[in-house]
Amino acid sequence: MPETSEHAGGPASDHPTISRDEVAHLADLARIDLSEAELDHLAPQLNVILESIASIQGVASADVPPTSHPLPLTNVYRDDVERPGLTAAEALSGAPEEEQQRFKVPRILGYDQ
Amino acid sequence: MTATLLSYDDVLAQFDPALGLEVHVELNTATKMFCGCPTVFGAEPNTQTCPTCLGLPGSMPVVNAKAVESAIRIGLALNCQIAEWCRFARKNYFYPDMPKNFQTSQYDEPIAFDGYTEVEVDGELYRVGIERAHMEEDTGKSTHIGTTGRIHGADYSLVDYNRAGIPLIEIVTKPVLGTGAKAPEVARAYVAQLRELLLGLGVSDVRMEQGSLRCDVNLSLAPKGADRLGIRTETKNVNSLRSVERATRYEMQRHAAVLAEGGKVLQETRHWHEDTGITTSGREKSDAEDYRYFPEPDLVPVAPSRDWVEQLRAELPEPPHEKRARLQAEWGFSDLEMRDTAGAGALGLVAETIAAGASPQTARKWWLGELARRANESEIDLGSLGVAPADVARVQSLVDEGTLNDKLARQVFDGLLDGEGTPDEIVAARGLAIVSDEGALSAAVDHAIAAHPDVADKIRDGKVAAAGALIGAVMKEMRGQADANRVRELILEKLG
Ligand SMILES: [Zn+2]
Repeated sequence: MPETSEHAGGPASDHPTISRDEVAHLADLARIDLSEAELDHLAPQLNVILESIASIQGVASADVPPTSHPLPLTNVYRDDVERPGLTAAEALSGAPEEEQQRFKVPRILGYDQ
Repeated sequence: MTATLLSYDDVLAQFDPALGLEVHVELNTATKMFCGCPTVFGAEPNTQTCPTCLGLPGSMPVVNAKAVESAIRIGLALNCQIAEWCRFARKNYFYPDMPKNFQTSQYDEPIAFDGYTEVEVDGELYRVGIERAHMEEDTGKSTHIGTTGRIHGADYSLVDYNRAGIPLIEIVTKPVLGTGAKAPEVARAYVAQLRELLLGLGVSDVRMEQGSLRCDVNLSLAPKGADRLGIRTETKNVNSLRSVERATRYEMQRHAAVLAEGGKVLQETRHWHEDTGITTSGREKSDAEDYRYFPEPDLVPVAPSRDWVEQLRAELPEPPHEKRARLQAEWGFSDLEMRDTAGAGALGLVAETIAAGASPQTARKWWLGELARRANESEIDLGSLGVAPADVARVQSLVDEGTLNDKLARQVFDGLLDGEGTPDEIVAARGLAIVSDEGALSAAVDHAIAAHPDVADKIRDGKVAAAGALIGAVMKEMRGQADANRVRELILEKLG
């Protein structure tokens, strides 16, 4: 079994930064269309968030179990009853490309399932 | 790319196999694991989705209570411990069969763990340890478009998310050791028994051909007597009982050929090819494959109360093993008869035929004889033949009444397979009933005696065994529609 990675952000550093170019790249990957003004606005905001996470990581030590759920809730279920979903047209409305009522995606390399 | 194989005897002389089986079972819940979308097989593409199973921003998953109940029941039926508290986890990966970029699964906190089941092969019991049974969700279905139809060389892929989010239980065995030459059969028997168990629990359709039960076969070989396991391969797409056995045997012979030459088995996934009966290399796999699992923050932990677990345990159906022993005693079958019946997947059919009024031996005789032969000819399962247990019971009662003999009964089965109606309708329409007109029968016997004077003389001399030839001639004239015992009586009366 691989060691689980609870701290997916990698080792904490005192001065985490994310550049404006990296934010633009992430937005592109996430298909979010950001204007130049929004990039100017968001890059510093994300840096504040990263700094906050870094200070929390500084406090966490090996004997403090990571918190996955802030509230002590368990067993929230729903009954096995159908609920209305989306039509195929609605489901595909956000797809960059479609064919045969399916999502069309680029060739996948190294995938063999 | 044909691999070198070592003969099976040589494999066993030099190596000990270790088996591991991973079975994915799609539950037969009405809705998906984390949303209320329907789960109908074969629906038009992308007609069973919602924001949750498409991973759209802002959507929130909620666990299907029925799926948790089914998972616990499966765990209990496999003699597992049921977790008092466990979480879902995100298994992160970046293929488009999951639009969320992760699959919701369980990581180091499976709902059921540390169980076992016992399977029987050739009268010997093998204990298969169960490492874990955990809850997860199925992925979407990709169709690769391009010259080869396979992933390599595909130009692009088309994805249908109807299947994405259907509840799956992954059942993983511990390494199964000590099976030796029987490893392929133990693998098959385990999957067959698991299928039977899941069917008995009513938690899945367990149709291997539709993918609601899928099997990966892990195999490694170690030099005889070694105290550690060899390097394993994981063979995927092994989706029939017969293939489980064949794929295990094939990998044993392939591994052995590599090891016998001083080579090293590559740790990788292999693809099973049903048509050619071989495996080919897939993706190289390392134990350190990092899916960056972390607890799913959008789903609260599952903490089944002990009262609920005990209630589910009390309601479990009879385990397959005990059920088989009980039926064998009730039916008076020999070990061999029972094994053959179970091996043909005919236990349920025979039981229903008996329930419809046939004796155990006649029920077995038709299903494992005439009907098994026809199913084999058509290369289908007995259950898919289209002959109902009640029809078999009726055919037998017509034989018992003297309306049909076995030969005529076979013609009724022809009619049943051709969809000509009920056994009684077929007997009437085809004019199959035994002729009880003594005059016609007597005339036919006279004809036969006249046509075979030499045989008749032998019978007059007391060689009663020679009567068979005359009976055959009479049955021929009567087009099979005569009671052979009555014909014999008539012959002996006339020549006595
Ligand atoms: Zn859905």
